[in-house]
Amino acid sequence: MTLSAGGDAIQELTLEELRNKVGTGMEIEDAEEHMLLSMGPQHPSTHGVLRLLVELDGETVVNLAPDIGFLHTGIEKNMEAKTFTKALVMTDRMDYLSPMSNNLGYILAVEKLLGVEATPRAQAIRVILTEMQRVASHLVWLGTSALDLAAMSVFLYCFREREYILDVFEMVAGHRMMVSYFRPGGLWRDVPEEFETAVRQFLDFMPAKIADYEALLKNNPIFLGRAKGVGVISAEDAISWGLTGGSLRGSGVNYDVRKANPYSGYEQYDFDVPLETDGDVYARYRVRMEEMRQSLRIIEQALNKLPDGPIQIDNRKIVPPPRAELGRSMEAVIHHFKLWTEGFNAPEGFVYQAIESPRGEFGVYLRGNGGSKPARVHFRAPSYVNLAALPKLSKNLFVADVVAIIGSIDIVLGEIDR
Amino acid sequence: MNPDEVIVSEIEKAFPEAIEEVSEFRGERTLYIRKADLKSVCQFLRDQQSLQYNFLTDICADDMLPEFPRFAVNYQLYSIPRNHRIRLRVRVEDPEDGPETVGSIWAIGTWLEMEVWDLMGVRFKGNTSLRRLFLPEDWQGFPLRKDYPLGYEEVQFSFNFDEINAKKPHATKD
Repeated sequence: MTLSAGGDAIQELTLEELRNKVGTGMEIEDAEEHMLLSMGPQHPSTHGVLRLLVELDGETVVNLAPDIGFLHTGIEKNMEAKTFTKALVMTDRMDYLSPMSNNLGYILAVEKLLGVEATPRAQAIRVILTEMQRVASHLVWLGTSALDLAAMSVFLYCFREREYILDVFEMVAGHRMMVSYFRPGGLWRDVPEEFETAVRQFLDFMPAKIADYEALLKNNPIFLGRAKGVGVISAEDAISWGLTGGSLRGSGVNYDVRKANPYSGYEQYDFDVPLETDGDVYARYRVRMEEMRQSLRIIEQALNKLPDGPIQIDNRKIVPPPRAELGRSMEAVIHHFKLWTEGFNAPEGFVYQAIESPRGEFGVYLRGNGGSKPARVHFRAPSYVNLAALPKLSKNLFVADVVAIIGSIDIVLGEIDR
Repeated sequence: MNPDEVIVSEIEKAFPEAIEEVSEFRGERTLYIRKADLKSVCQFLRDQQSLQYNFLTDICADDMLPEFPRFAVNYQLYSIPRNHRIRLRVRVEDPEDGPETVGSIWAIGTWLEMEVWDLMGVRFKGNTSLRRLFLPEDWQGFPLRKDYPLGYEEVQFSFNFDEINAKKPHATKD
């Protein structure tokens, strides 16, 4: 007997079984000559622990099946055992490149279920931080996908600027990545005084940096050769495959949740939805680069008219009382105790709240049953949906192109597996 | 007539018996559709020129224990040209006898149904790709069901290796 912990998780497959899994069922010519390649789960270009089963004819991809679940931690199930507030921390851990967006989606769903709306100041701060998160997430995407396409230096510059954003997050939330800063009814605490200066500084230097990244890539023949005309998907197919975010807009479909169903006051801000029509890796790259610039525009507008006022709603059944009140008000002590032991009760009913995360439409289905814990939480994870189109995008291309395409659909495995 | 009413009247015109119930909560309209009609209603919603629900956002199942019918499957539809969302909800009594697959209407349907089957165990008629996706191939049960405990797995050390190995469904006697 051998100790092979987890060894059984990776199943050995034959080509026949792979074809059954993928479900093409077509007659393939020269099928005996084909080989089965297992890419990942520890492959650096799969951006996490994604395993791809690839059927190859020479170097051409005939069939491809994603094998996922290596990071499955049962987040949806776990959240059912926690109160609404405590379950929030699990959303940070799904899409670990954009915890702010996950927090926002979940919190907006909770607030919708409760029937409350955050204060204007809280909403504006939420917008600023989620847009900064979008830039940070796109920087990781740009760095890693350029790295996959043999442009090493971009990665280093991207991470330098991302570090600045994470420092701002640490300043407001005390955490760089697992922030949990948005709370039902508002924010954990107000932003510190230095916040505005720090964000203004970011807005000052960032446009030049984005231009730098583009300068590094736009004349790079290897990058262009591997990005242009690769992994093409038409607008019609992109819709049918449920692509969202930059992957959908790269095919020329104008759908952005921030414009279509504005939340958190996005309707007040003036910004464009970048569109490209080619639908290839290069188009998706262009869309995301432009998205970063649009995010800066939104941050600037939100910061310029950042309203004063409370950061939490005035409802003690949802929002805990300030620390100072606990010393002199019995009622505050009771509210504090109730909220941190039992939590607040949400009415019976179910809601669906969508937001535009850096990867696409992040949707939260939330059902309450009158108690203090969610009866069912389901996440429409954009990475999970976008991954489904990978076999279609990579058909009849080279293995090296699959690497470029994975980079361009911008997946995060933590969010896929949940 | 607002878009929510348009869709109800259009469906009622084409499938008089399909809508079991219409509910509204927090401004979101949910149409309860009879299970047998789901696929044709979906096809109709996508193809009808006045509706054009061309985007299947999400499918998720809900375990309503102790209610009967126990399971419910939600289809979040979105129409990009009309910028309108609607939710179809199908009640399912027997999870082995679920609704028909919508994979032929929206390509993403198959993939979304695979997640539902893996975690909630609702089988979609006509979807041949249903297999363990997140969980290991030999996993027993469906974790998102309410009668599935949020339990723990005993850690396997060398002193209790055989004891735990014997409990595993794929245990080999060697």
